[in-house]
Amino acid sequence: MSTTTETASQIPASSTAGTDTVARGGEAPKTLDQYVAEVGAAEVDDLRTLARPLEGATVEMVNSTAVGGGVAELLTRLLPLMRELGLHARWHVLEGAEEFYDVTKAFHNALHGQAYHPGPRDFDIFIEYNRRNREKLSLEGRFVVIHDPQPAGLIDGRKENGGQTWVWRCHIDLSRPDPAVWNFLKAWVERYDAAIFSAPEFSRQLPMPQYLFYPSIDPLADKNRELEPEFVNQVLERYGIDARRPILTQISRFDRLKDPLGVIRAYKLVKRYQDCQLVLAGGGASDDPEGTVVLAEVREAAGADPDVHVLELATSAPLEVNALQRASTIVIQKSLREGFGLTVAEALWKKKPVVASAVGGIPTQVIHKHTGMLAHSVEGTAYQIRFLLSHPEIARKLGEQGHEHVRENFLITGNLRRYLTLFLKCVQS
Amino acid sequence: MTAPTMTTAQPFQFVTASYLTCVEHQRATNLMELAACLETADDGAIFHHTFQTLGRHHFLTERFSNDFAQWVLASLNQAELAERLAGIDIRDYISIAELRADLRHTVLEFCEAHPREATQSAFEPLYFLRAVAVTIPLPWDAHSLPGFRAGLERLSHASFYHHFIASRLRLQLRTNDFSHWFAAALGLEKLAARTDAIDIYTNTLDTARAELIAMVDREIGA
Repeated sequence: MSTTTETASQIPASSTAGTDTVARGGEAPKTLDQYVAEVGAAEVDDLRTLARPLEGATVEMVNSTAVGGGVAELLTRLLPLMRELGLHARWHVLEGAEEFYDVTKAFHNALHGQAYHPGPRDFDIFIEYNRRNREKLSLEGRFVVIHDPQPAGLIDGRKENGGQTWVWRCHIDLSRPDPAVWNFLKAWVERYDAAIFSAPEFSRQLPMPQYLFYPSIDPLADKNRELEPEFVNQVLERYGIDARRPILTQISRFDRLKDPLGVIRAYKLVKRYQDCQLVLAGGGASDDPEGTVVLAEVREAAGADPDVHVLELATSAPLEVNALQRASTIVIQKSLREGFGLTVAEALWKKKPVVASAVGGIPTQVIHKHTGMLAHSVEGTAYQIRFLLSHPEIARKLGEQGHEHVRENFLITGNLRRYLTLFLKCVQS
Repeated sequence: MTAPTMTTAQPFQFVTASYLTCVEHQRATNLMELAACLETADDGAIFHHTFQTLGRHHFLTERFSNDFAQWVLASLNQAELAERLAGIDIRDYISIAELRADLRHTVLEFCEAHPREATQSAFEPLYFLRAVAVTIPLPWDAHSLPGFRAGLERLSHASFYHHFIASRLRLQLRTNDFSHWFAAALGLEKLAARTDAIDIYTNTLDTARAELIAMVDREIGA
């Protein structure tokens, strides 16, 4: 059964497809006025001006999960703002059984370029669950935004001459998809009026306009909001980290593609010249067999060095992540492969100098020597860290410019602005 | 009548602009490909990578002022060509066709003089993107210089960029919306000229606006 999460009253108390409050893990929905302090009154006024011609229009957002994951987190924050601007924004969550999610997980990995060996019923299962959801969902709004591949087949329910605009928002990297899966999905995707990708290299050759929407962070979320220095110090004390000495931090799950072992090697190179500590903090290892292996490898590489702090955080520990980032002297993101890498935007927002690999969406956020430093190797990462530790005035300037770059491009208000602009463009066309 | 009390029957209508970025499926991996893309790219793509760079990275004044120059430096390490491309001043152009021709000519000239570098592979490709604009009138206008000043202070970056930088192409004149209004509606030719002389390359949008407000204040106080 599909669940519509338009208002709290529509949600059974036991539902996991939550209201805004449930999905935020207790954080209250924010109002536009609260963003004035972060982006300025003029930007918020602009949002109101852009929304005025769209007042009363219904926006249907569809994705595959109500909690967990970046899309659900985005929608829980974005929809209340759309509603405040006078749009009827509704959120529908696709419903499926385990066999459907097994197939869509395999599709997800295949679209990311992993080898895929389809089971005999895989494609039929995908079609069947999209059909069932289509029958239950009422997607009659002026704008329908379908997030990611799982609900892509819902476009079969589009009414002829219904005056609707259907948009496919793809949050994943389609630069090297498995051909069998992509060709299967493409038959639906090509029927949308527009598609949205997170980076130009993630897009595909498609017949409709394709727009670039950067992923975004919420400056008012627990993971990003200002914290009391006392709280930051408490977190450091809890983990035995010395606040008086330089702290290098990488926040990432324990995954080989995040190259935590490379980070330790870079730290050891830095340590030959500079006194510093390393914090490797991530979550999710306990329910991920590979993560457990990688975490063990990281602990072995760290050895008995008391200045290396390997922290396995709870799956959702936004305030701790926030505190560790704010306490850092330099934030590292030494990924070997990356989607967009929003942990970089989180660090830049906190005015931290960032040293990161030039992969995926990171160069969009880290403009080398302007909003951070890019590196291509362990040695390069170590050199850039040493350079910034030796030149704190340059590090400070990178952090400040990085903060402005995020304010301009990677905040939720910018994301809202892009959606409003897209809807306006459709109306004007 | 003096500037502070002067009103006009031609009010300045403030608008806000918002831009979508469209992925163009054209990309360059070396200088010859850049030249080819510059010839065939949509006008909106040339606009995006030149005019819009000033709006997107307005807080950075050390960076090259257009994406082509930045890419040539960062991904091809060709500092000389990067500087020449960065030296192309968008204030000199009233049409994308002229700007496109000069960008392409600069790249081709370099390729002819440096044939080995012409096909050197870039570290990262340059993806061509296109700007799609939507404009909406703001609920305020100005009939006088003080009214204009009040409106100017309330503008978002996007709106200020639209009136001060992007307007040069729309007007098809070597000026901007503000200077055009000062001269045409208020007869303030000198203020118009001084406004147009504000350096959009060495200023951020915020410092350019502050400079303009200071000029308007002096005019009102005169």
